[in-house]
Amino acid sequence: MSPGDPLLRWDWFPGHLDEIAFRLAQHVAFTVVAVAVGFGIAFVLALLAIRWRALYGPITAVAGVLYAIPSVALFFLFIGITGLSFLTAEIALVGYTLLILVRNIVAGVDGVAAEVREAAEGMGYGRWRRLWRVELPIALPVIIAGLRVATVSTIGLVAVTALLGRDQGGLGVFIVEGRERFFATPLVVGAVLSVALAIAADGLFVFAQRLVTPWARGQGS
Amino acid sequence: MPVEFRHVTKRYAGDLDAPAAVEDLSLTVPAGQTCVLVGPSGCGKTTTLKMVNRLVEPTSGQILIDGVDVARHDPVKLRRGIGYVIQQIGLFPHLTIGGNVAVVPELLGWHAARCRERADELLALVGLDPATYRARYPHELSGGERQRVGVARALAADPPVMLMDEPFGAVDPVVRERLQNEFLRLQADLAKTVLFVTHDIDEAIKLGDRVAVMDVGGRLAQYATPSELLTSPTSEFVARFVGADRGLKRLSLRRVGELPLAMPPVARVGDEAGPARARTLADPFPYLLLLDGLGRPVGWLDRDRIPTEGLLEERLAVPMSPLLEPETTLRDALSMLLAAEVQAGLVVDPRGAMVGMVTADQIGATLRAEGGRTAEGRRPAAAGGTR
Ligand SMILES: Nc1ncnc2c1ncn2[C@@H]1O[C@H](COP(=O)(O)OP(=O)(O)OP(=O)(O)O)[C@@H](O)[C@H]1O
Ligand SMILES: [Mg+2]
Repeated sequence: MSPGDPLLRWDWFPGHLDEIAFRLAQHVAFTVVAVAVGFGIAFVLALLAIRWRALYGPITAVAGVLYAIPSVALFFLFIGITGLSFLTAEIALVGYTLLILVRNIVAGVDGVAAEVREAAEGMGYGRWRRLWRVELPIALPVIIAGLRVATVSTIGLVAVTALLGRDQGGLGVFIVEGRERFFATPLVVGAVLSVALAIAADGLFVFAQRLVTPWARGQGS
Repeated sequence: MPVEFRHVTKRYAGDLDAPAAVEDLSLTVPAGQTCVLVGPSGCGKTTTLKMVNRLVEPTSGQILIDGVDVARHDPVKLRRGIGYVIQQIGLFPHLTIGGNVAVVPELLGWHAARCRERADELLALVGLDPATYRARYPHELSGGERQRVGVARALAADPPVMLMDEPFGAVDPVVRERLQNEFLRLQADLAKTVLFVTHDIDEAIKLGDRVAVMDVGGRLAQYATPSELLTSPTSEFVARFVGADRGLKRLSLRRVGELPLAMPPVARVGDEAGPARARTLADPFPYLLLLDGLGRPVGWLDRDRIPTEGLLEERLAVPMSPLLEPETTLRDALSMLLAAEVQAGLVVDPRGAMVGMVTADQIGATLRAEGGRTAEGRRPAAAGGTR
């Protein structure tokens, strides 16, 4: 990356289109798996916390510690256990999503107006039916907001997993490569594409939310 | 189905010395009647209602619906059989109006098509056009419309018993008056056993077959018909709660529909002006009332301002008189006339068509007649000092 080199060398692209596609797909796959698994675990944890309030503190404390450990440290911590693998990367990525997701699911359900809860109970909803049919649907906007944040930050972190080797890392691999070879083009490509991916994912969630919560439109709250 | 309270007491804190929310309440609401619980804030009205559908369990005593202790029912199933309108309405924001109304039928496992049909039926019943409202969401409705949906939702599975906690509390007086009238019309048809909570004594007198006045600490101060309550309050508390203007309040016992309604000279928009003018000049009442094609009042024409020829046009008429319904109490009618500074109110049916006319003089005459009767009526010694 000596001064005078152009930021983008267009002749780099023709030979690398396949790799760009592969890394992009890998990036998406890692993100989807991390967010999906993270959501599944967070959902169960949140249900436990909703049912037994006393568990909320310990659950968020553990999730908070996972979240607070610097990502690189967390990755290398797990290398010792699970090796330089897909699993290592995913464990760390999933760990990162938990705090945000648990907190938003619980906050969404807590945010259901007391009178709505009482009306549901008074009309003959049992506890679980009320949770599934009334509280969780009403919590959806807050839950989806949590998914948005978790997804966007996961997309950023997937790039960091490139430090664990070329089997993962998605677009991050270009960034690492560019840095190692003092060559700006892949670095810029990796960075720009991850940002674009984050923006696209975010937009997808906004769209999905409009679709599944038509009632929340123009509600002002 | 009658609802009976037998020595029901509720203390929220386990502490036995704490004042009870409801104290040794015994009363029976006969099947098909409306019992209004009225009293100052915090006197245990909501608690009393919630013990009927077991949202709150009594500390001691029993509540029987149709002779069966509610404690013997599974609470969730019990609630599906009791209509419940909560104090803050509590519509589900994520369901459409149709979906909200169909909630209990769905819980009861009715087929989707029947649920939809029933929701439409009930929206129409509470005066909301199903085609306009069924697909909307609660936040797209006004406060009064939401209250109606709350009532429709409670009625959806046709429960024999209804619990209504200040169902008309959150709307302005004009809308409340209309909702009350609608309630009376519905109840005349449906004859549910209703426990209705309010802290507005006028609403209690207007809607209740019987009124239970409660005092702070959850004690029942008096349980009586509205007219007994007005003529013979049994304690100073009740007398004070009912108010110093008991004579005037007796007007709340009478409804506009019970008066012999007069008819002013009327004509329809588009009628020949000449004959209408002749008829009005011959009438002792000095104004002509103009109606539209559906018989709804448009406004008044001073007899001297009626054209001698041509057709009667809408723009000639001055709308001034308040519109009353047959269910409007004489007291509300009088205050509407005073507020509008006019002598006559127009009584219309639910579609808005003209039924007749009520004048302030008529109401005054009723008041004088009632006043005479009150003076002869029994008055507790204690109530004397509250004037
Ligand atoms: N869940 C509860 N826990 C403890 N105390 C309660 C609870 N609910 C009500 N109370 C108390 O019981 C008393 C009666 O309350 P309740 O809600 O029945 O009154 P209310 O007559 O409905 O009042 P309002 O007209 O303000 O609605 C009050 O002193 C209230 O503070
Ligand atoms: Mg209350």
